[in-house]
Formats: sequence, structure tokens, C-alpha cells
Amino acid sequence: MRPSRHARAAVLFTLLAAVPSHAGRGITVKGSDTMVILGQRWAETYMNQNAGQVVMVTGGGSGTGIAALINGTTDVCQSSRAMKPDEKLKLRDRFQTTGIEIPVAKDGLAVYVHTSNPVRELSLEQLRGIYMGTITNWKQVGGSEATIILYSRENNSGTYVFFKDVVLGGRDFSPRAQTLPGTAAVVNAVSKDANGIGYGGGAYAKGVREVALKRTATAPAVLPDVKTVQDGSYPLSRPLYFYLRKKPEGDVRRFVDWVLSDAGQQLATQVGYFPLR
Amino acid sequence: MALLRPGIDATRHRRMQLWRERFIEFALRSSALFAVVGLLLIIVFVFREAAPVLFDRETQREASVPGFFATPLWQPVGDVPKYGIVPLLVGTFKVVVVAMVFATPLAVLAALFSSEFASPRVREAIKPVIEILAGIPSVVMGFFALMVLASWLQQWTGSTIRLNAVNAGIALGLGVIPTIYTVAEDALRAVPRSYREASLGLGATPWQTAWHVALPAASAGVGAAVLLGLARAVGETMIVLMASGNAAIISGDPFDSVRTLSASIAAELAEVVVGSPHYSVLFFLGALLFTITFIINVAAGVFVERLRKRLAGA
Repeated sequence: MRPSRHARAAVLFTLLAAVPSHAGRGITVKGSDTMVILGQRWAETYMNQNAGQVVMVTGGGSGTGIAALINGTTDVCQSSRAMKPDEKLKLRDRFQTTGIEIPVAKDGLAVYVHTSNPVRELSLEQLRGIYMGTITNWKQVGGSEATIILYSRENNSGTYVFFKDVVLGGRDFSPRAQTLPGTAAVVNAVSKDANGIGYGGGAYAKGVREVALKRTATAPAVLPDVKTVQDGSYPLSRPLYFYLRKKPEGDVRRFVDWVLSDAGQQLATQVGYFPLR
Repeated sequence: MALLRPGIDATRHRRMQLWRERFIEFALRSSALFAVVGLLLIIVFVFREAAPVLFDRETQREASVPGFFATPLWQPVGDVPKYGIVPLLVGTFKVVVVAMVFATPLAVLAALFSSEFASPRVREAIKPVIEILAGIPSVVMGFFALMVLASWLQQWTGSTIRLNAVNAGIALGLGVIPTIYTVAEDALRAVPRSYREASLGLGATPWQTAWHVALPAASAGVGAAVLLGLARAVGETMIVLMASGNAAIISGDPFDSVRTLSASIAAELAEVVVGSPHYSVLFFLGALLFTITFIINVAAGVFVERLRKRLAGA
């Protein structure tokens, strides 16, 4: 289970009390909850390899991270979405810069069905209908006559929010969607449910089949893999960003360079994301 | 003997003993106090974190008690969060009913068997085995229900939804059986031997003796056992979180997926922003859950007391 935000906040407060964030060597990283684990893994490994370097990572959400960047309370902001124009405007008012955007990894979300399910591809619109509860039978999307059983993630997960934003356009999931703790549980449930459908990180897909997705009804169907996620042709892929106020220098630069190096990218793959290259 | 020896030695010894007594008393008193204070602080904490729902204007704009009943949807994350707790109450109720219907007869009859019919050797074997059930971590029980039990039940009942209230209820029942069994068994064994001897002496069969004499005589304890099991079932989290599918829907069908109060707290609290309306709502659910189990426990106490009085008077 991920450390609670409460615990993270407590750790942060303790650290802030002990080491004021702008007193020298510490690099503060704040933002996206989706990226917290990734950021923490980067920080741990980086600190192990570079004695004397301190990197402090906290979550709070992409919006919180960007606000912290604008307020000058964090060195690096992790964000799973691009900065909005009004956020850039605020940053320019404060610091005469629109910020530096550095993609650091790619995230791709797979849609799974049972291995016996004849449905091989879905358009985003069909997927939206399925998860909003307007499409309830597999027959409506070219499958067999059977009720679709929806599996979803708990509403605290970044994956849930991403799916809700991108696929449902911010609208509500069908109340019949069953929410399970963790992608692994979703995969397990779908692997045992002939009429189930679920979503989650591509790295987990064992014992289930990934569905190819189409942006529109006529677009080509694309399966998630390193290539399609990297070039963005897979519809449910997104870049994950670091945002900085100015061109990185000194310790911050060393950290960012390391994250972008093969070693850092390798680590991203281990945590379940896709490398940039 | 030191105590019997006259003079200074004896006084000194007595004084030391007095100090020792005082120290022991102090140690016992402070551990009891510590437990009580700890508990009180937890209760105060839960209710304080839930308070914004009742008193804070800003929070109430998003989440208020009337609002909890105004919508049938539980969708706390989104542009317009919806905190309808009716599906959660319905879900909790459904799972608990299934668990109790499944667990009560099994546990009480097992207790009756091991206290009235089993030979001492069989009883010595059964009791620890059932009590080991209580030692199985509830995560493991939940995982078992998620992976294995759900598939069996689906094959057997042919239900469309694999993870449903029956699946979670039965897994929860398995978790509750040891509680009911242990307390009920102790109550049955506490029934005086003379009752049974009198009954058997009057020509009743062993079954008649067990059913018409031992069980009624122990009914206070057995009733308390069932209520303790009920309180545990209401609060149990991990099993239902994993086995029930957690879809917040209002329906009477036991083969629909359900979301319980406890599972909602467990699933959502870890990532919620501290102090946000969602956070307060989750603590409100916790306070609600606490109130429910508290009422059940008090009821169990009252129930036992009343029966004991009636039996003593009879």
C-alpha cells in the first residue's frame, strides 16, 4: 500500500523543520500522486549513488505541485499533465519565466478483457459508453450476448483520475463499476471473469488480453507497447513531466540529468512506466 | 518466618511489603488508565476530524448530512463530488446479514456439539482448529474469497456478478465464526453439570438435554456471542474490501456488488487531502461505524444482564 498523504505530509513537515528547503543542498520535488512512487524511487537510488545529495519527494497532486512551483516552495514540480495557460501566466508574473518543461517518462494505460472474449478492439467512444453504463452488453460492441462487468480502480488512484479525465471526459463512472484495491486485483478479477473489463498499467497484464484502442470509430486500432506509448499513437498514453522555474543548474541539473540517463529511465520501467526513448 | 519475628526486622519488612503493594497497585492502575485514555483519545480524534461535516460552512457546501441522503451516488472524486451514503449503508447491511445468517447457525451448533456431544479428545481437537480460523489474517481470507470462493460461488449460483454480497458475506462469516464459537462454547460449558444430570435422569435424550436445557440455560452467553460476532462483522474491513467488488449501488439483490462503510474508509483515506471535505466525510463514516458497533456492544451487555436476571429469578 502506498504511504498515506498524511504520513508523507508528516515526513515533509519534519524535514522542513529540520532543513529549511532553500538552505543549500536539498532538492525539493513535489506534485503528482501518480508519480510519487516513481520520484521516490529516483530520489532513493540517486541519493544512494551520490553521497551528500538530498532529494525530498512529496505528493499532493499535480495541481498542488504546480502551485508550489509558482509560490517558490519547491525546486522541481512533478506533473502528470501539462501546465495550463493560466498557471504559466501566474508563473510569469512572479518569476518572469514560463517555466521549463522536461518530459521524464511515459505512462500508458491498458484496457483488459478476459482471454476468451472475442472483442479485440474498442473505440474511445465505445469505452466511454461501457464505463458510463450506456453500453451494457458485449453484443453492442461486437462481442457475444452477455452483460459487461466493469472493473475500475479506487477513486484515490491517479489511474482512476486519468481514466476519468481522458476516457469519460470528467463525467462519472457508472455506479455499477466495481472498484478494486490495486491494478493487480483488477487484473486478477478480469482474468477470472469471462465478461469482465478492466484498466491499469500495461506491465501488469498477465492472464488477461489487452484490447486495441481507436481514437475514433474509423481510426486504426492500436495496442499499447513501448513504441506506441512513446510516440503517442496509443490513445491512453501521456508524458510525465518535471517542471522547473529556470534552466536547471548545479545539484538540480545533476539530478535531472541522472533521471534522463539510461539508469534513471531503466528505473522508470521497473516502477511500471515507459522510458522516453 | 520473617513476619512472625518480633522487633525492628518485622516492621521494616512490613513497610517494604506495603511499598511493594503500593507500587503494584500503581502499575496496574496506570496500565488500566493508559488503555482507557488511549481509547478516549482515539474516539475524540475520530469525532474531531468528522466535525467539519456538522459545523464547518466551507465543508458543508460540498458535504453535509442532508446531502448524504440526497443523492444515490457515491462518487467523491470529480468536479462535482457526490457523497451519497445510502448505498454504503445498504451495502454494509446486506453483507452483514449474509455473514450472520451463514455464521450464526454454524458457530452455535459447532459450540453445542463440542460442549455437549464431543468426547474430550475430539473437543480438544476441534476447539483450537476453529480458533486458528481467527488467526488467519483477514487479508488472506479476503484474497481467498477474491480468487477462489468467488469462482466456486459463481459456478454454483450462476450469478452474473462474480464479486457480490453473498461472496463477501460468506468470507466475512468465516471470519466471524471463531468469535461466536469461542464465546458460545464457554457459555455452554459454564452451564452447571447438575442441570444436565437432572434432565438425563428424567429420561430426556442427550439431544433434548442439549437443545432444551443446556442451550436455553446458556442463552445469555450465546446471545452475547452472536452480538459480538455482529459487531465484528460490521467493522471488518479487509475481507469485504477485497471480496465485495465495492460498487456503491442501492439494490436488494444479494448477488449484486456492494460497497461497505468500512471498505470505503480503507480504500479512500490513504490518499485523501488532509482536512478536505472528502477527508471529513470519511471520518464521519468512521464515527458512524463506531456508533453502530458501540450500540451493538451496549445492547449485548444489556441483553446478557436481563437474561441472567431472568434465569436467576426462575
